[in-house]
Amino acid sequence: MQLSTRHLLGIKDLNRQDISLILQTAEQFKEVLQRPVKKVPSLRDVVIVNLFFENSTRTRISFELAEKRLSADTVNFTASASSVAKGETLLDTVNNILSMKVDMVVMRHSASGAPHFLAKHIPAAIINAGDGINEHPTQGLLDAFSIKEKTGSLEGRKVAIIGDIMHSRVAQSNIYLLKKMGAEVVVCGPPTLIPKYISEALGVNVSYNLKETLEWCDVANVLRIQLERQNQVLFSSLREYNLAYGISRELLDSLHKEIVIMHPGPINRGVELDSDVADSKQSIILQQVENGVAVRMAVLYLLSNQNKA
Amino acid sequence: MRPILSEQQLGITIKRLAHQVLENNSDLANTVVIGLQPRGIFLSDRIVEEMQKEMPGTAIQYGKLDITFYRDDIRKQLHVANRTDIPFSIENKRVVLIDDVLYTGRTIRAALDALLDFGRPEKVELCVLIDRRFSRQLPIQPDYTGKSIDSIISQKVKVEWDKKEVILY
Repeated sequence: MQLSTRHLLGIKDLNRQDISLILQTAEQFKEVLQRPVKKVPSLRDVVIVNLFFENSTRTRISFELAEKRLSADTVNFTASASSVAKGETLLDTVNNILSMKVDMVVMRHSASGAPHFLAKHIPAAIINAGDGINEHPTQGLLDAFSIKEKTGSLEGRKVAIIGDIMHSRVAQSNIYLLKKMGAEVVVCGPPTLIPKYISEALGVNVSYNLKETLEWCDVANVLRIQLERQNQVLFSSLREYNLAYGISRELLDSLHKEIVIMHPGPINRGVELDSDVADSKQSIILQQVENGVAVRMAVLYLLSNQNKA
Repeated sequence: MRPILSEQQLGITIKRLAHQVLENNSDLANTVVIGLQPRGIFLSDRIVEEMQKEMPGTAIQYGKLDITFYRDDIRKQLHVANRTDIPFSIENKRVVLIDDVLYTGRTIRAALDALLDFGRPEKVELCVLIDRRFSRQLPIQPDYTGKSIDSIISQKVKVEWDKKEVILY
């Protein structure tokens, strides 16, 4: 029983069995997190470095908690407080850290493909914690876990991904994963934020009409407008975006069924989601965060063996 | 291939084990039964059923424990984890651990570690269907034994729950 890959670079490289194994293992770790002692000794002999070249709250804390609850030793690294500021290259930085006997690397980087580059050049297991606009595989896995937990299964589930699809690594990981597991996916947002050939490339349907999309779906995964990645004007104002694509209480109440609302965080309240929607009982946003630790424990546990021996 | 217990013998042995557990743990309010995933559950289900027949109307606290994350051979091979379900506190309780075959003792070592993460029991007892004696690698002995057998390392003991017999290969 093992994963078909030595690293977790993206959902793109995983097969159905890998995904099922991770989700199934995560269920057992979720039970561990309910115990009086929320910790198991599985990764006592493993050292993990968390390399964050880009800001993060949830993902970094979630990975760190997952590592600690598996009893791994951890080292944290933030780019701004390191020699990267003095001009050291990525490969030099990582090789220097690895020479201190580190087994696994969790990395977030603003350049798409950075973890793939590292995986080619270093012997440790690499876990992608988000690379540019490419993938955020553990977010995709925890979203799938949360959908499965809330609605029972992924097969045949109708999932809408709404908002800034263009700049979203979360969208990409979610689409790969949901398609592999037999769910139906629609992406919805303003035409300027949806890549032109996405339906041919990724096999999803595209809609520009929010109300129709919500009426169709079982689950709406609402994404953050990523202003930091946009260097041109893609919509006129946040207020206009909110009016056309923001989800409000009135809109949800006008639907003929109750849908599940998800968001990978951080939320721009009043832009893509109104506050009373984000905090409603239809929203599983905080459950997603809780599940994130269990899913990351599963990924670390399953990859911990691949590079030993 | 040699049968160790036939269907009839298996039934009698399970009844005896259930009676012995009850004999030593008459206060069921302070006793919990925990089966070890995955294969110990077949036995613990049967033993709890027999205990219940003997003590109708008394609630038996029965849980299931998976020890995958506590194994000492994780670096050799990963195993698929099963469900742990212990919906009660084991603090100051008498715990009866149940597994089908006791061999090297390593599973029970892991189970004791896992158990302590749920609280501090007053006492832990071990009940097994088959004790492969003389093959222990750790100082662990059962308190209740269905049948003791002598076997060598190259042999395997298989409890066939669907065929309801125990076989030595």
